[in-house]
Amino acid sequence: MSVIVLVEHTEGVIKKKSLEAVQYASEIAKKMNTTAAAIVAGKATDEEMKNLGQYGAQKVLHVQDDRLNELHARAFTRILVTAAKKESSQVIITLHDVNGSSIAPRVAIQLNAALITGALSYPDLEKGFVVKKSVFSGKAFAFVQAASDKKVITLMPNSFPLIKNEGTATIEKLEVAFEEKDFGVKVKEVNKITGEIPLSDAELVVSGGRGMKGPENWGLIENLAHELGAATACSRPVADAHWRPHHEHVGQTGTTIRPNLYIAAGISGAIQHLAGVSGSKTIVVINKDPEAPFFKAANYGVVGDVTEILPQLTAAVKKFKEQQH
Amino acid sequence: MKILICICQVPDTVTKIVLKDNNSTVEENGTTFIINPYDEWYALVRALELKESGAAESVHIINVGRANVEPVIRKALALGGDEAVRIDADSTDSYSIAYHIADYARDKGYDLILCGKESIDYLNGAVGPMLAELLDIDYIGFATSINIEGNSAVVKREIDGGEETATCNFPLVVSCQKGVAEARIANMRGIMTARTKPLKVVTPTAIAALTTIASYELPPAKAGVKLIDPNQMDELVNLLHTEAKVI
Ligand SMILES: Cc1cc2nc3c(=O)[nH]c(=O)nc-3n(C[C@H](O)[C@H](O)[C@H](O)COP(=O)(O)OP(=O)(O)OC[C@H]3O[C@@H](n4cnc5c(N)ncnc54)[C@H](O)[C@@H]3O)c2cc1C
Ligand SMILES: Nc1ncnc2c1ncn2[C@@H]1O[C@H](COP(=O)(O)O)[C@@H](O)[C@H]1O
Repeated sequence: MSVIVLVEHTEGVIKKKSLEAVQYASEIAKKMNTTAAAIVAGKATDEEMKNLGQYGAQKVLHVQDDRLNELHARAFTRILVTAAKKESSQVIITLHDVNGSSIAPRVAIQLNAALITGALSYPDLEKGFVVKKSVFSGKAFAFVQAASDKKVITLMPNSFPLIKNEGTATIEKLEVAFEEKDFGVKVKEVNKITGEIPLSDAELVVSGGRGMKGPENWGLIENLAHELGAATACSRPVADAHWRPHHEHVGQTGTTIRPNLYIAAGISGAIQHLAGVSGSKTIVVINKDPEAPFFKAANYGVVGDVTEILPQLTAAVKKFKEQQH
Repeated sequence: MKILICICQVPDTVTKIVLKDNNSTVEENGTTFIINPYDEWYALVRALELKESGAAESVHIINVGRANVEPVIRKALALGGDEAVRIDADSTDSYSIAYHIADYARDKGYDLILCGKESIDYLNGAVGPMLAELLDIDYIGFATSINIEGNSAVVKREIDGGEETATCNFPLVVSCQKGVAEARIANMRGIMTARTKPLKVVTPTAIAALTTIASYELPPAKAGVKLIDPNQMDELVNLLHTEAKVI
């Protein structure tokens, strides 16, 4: 009956958003009077796996196979289906990210389960099985009800604060009978963005728009991001003009992010831009035009020139960080 | 090489969302509908490019929806699709949509099926991988470039924290996002010829949805922006620490 949750790691180090998914699965398991099992595939240390107990996992099912360090959606589907059958799971959790979104729908088909994507809440069990998600580019929420016994949920990262407790998970090997077709997609070349914080996982983001005037001014954005330990992002025209790489573009047609803090410098706040950032917990807008629409969506606003404000804000953050030490 | 493009219709992004009937549905009166941008700008345009370069011989369009979607389907034909099919069923949950598409496509010999990375209304990104599973074929999600080499596709895809190049034999489902192609505008000739292109309507076998939407909610109105004096950046940092608790 247990709730199972797929865990992602980078070179064996479990991703923070996966700890959140484990905690989410454990809380659901509690509500359903059962336990949570975490599924880890590929190379991961025993230490890392045991520590999943700190986020509520009772046990870890570990699949050892080096091919699983890459995304092979059909192989991961087989792993989750095998684990779900072994554990008689009613609820299967993955993250709502490029990995989970490629795997969870396939698992749902195999198990004849309802799929709820991008969950922002725990399922309301009293109302049947109802989960809140964001719809219409963040302009509304929908409460999705599952109409089947089994449910597959993809959790929107950064939706719940992490709480670490005492606990160790036991580790069990999970044997999975893979087939050749599970590895039909061949990976030829990998380009990891190194050194920077991946935008989709970042808790703090500093973003620039056309008001930055040109790529030569991006040092102002980067310096502030560096002081904060934040990722950098931009509006679409900025990426289109090649001032910044395409993967930094946020909005309706770019990446959707939900950081704790989004600082927008020289961005007007067009609806298509807001679609990608409106889930941010706190928004700071810096714009010289007091009428800029972004101020309506902001928590804090500074009316002024980015070339003056950004260095001052960077200095203030630096001072604050020094005082913290 | 036959390509099938899955398209859906979505409210234009600038639409204001108004709820009605005790928050159980969204008001559609007065809403402008468009082709889901990922389906139109990237999936469809890339397929057309592949056809123009001689790599593909036909580009078909499929939609699961009611007759009110036909103007949007005609627009896809105006951009250059050869023919379209509409499966006459409600476009409700991803499972039933994928089921209908799989049922139709199974014996039609499509090599490449393209869809968008997600629909901008319900943001599921689920139809593509479900369709692949139902057809027992591969799926590459979040593509940023698609090329064809012999009997396989060479796809650049977004991965967690980067990008990679992957190859896969046909048949294959790929979901498209920015990078795959550049948006186009239909020309007059396209609009004229679209009127006479085939748009077949298929009545499917009924299939029960696995999810329903119980209700909707609008986000709470923002409390209003707190303006900070440009010379008081220490105060802003302090508020971010003590009030917003984000640093
Ligand atoms: C279908 C569609 C999809 C789209 N998708 C996206 C998307 O995904 N993401 C996206 O971002 N956009 C998207 N757009 C574009 C969007 O509509 C806006 O055009 C875009 O977001 C504007 O970018 P911007 O705010 O950087 O530039 P602008 O709108 O030009 O705004 C620049 C701002 O900077 C301010 N400014 C200028 N100089 C200074 C200064 N020295 N100091 C301080 N402030 C200054 C100005 O007051 C202004 O508010 C989309 C558009 C369409 C039609
Ligand atoms: N009703 C539909 N008919 C045909 N294709 C659809 C339909 N709904 C979604 N799709 C396709 O599936 C993709 C992902 O949609 P979704 O799973 O709803 O986010 C879209 O970009 C379309 O390519």
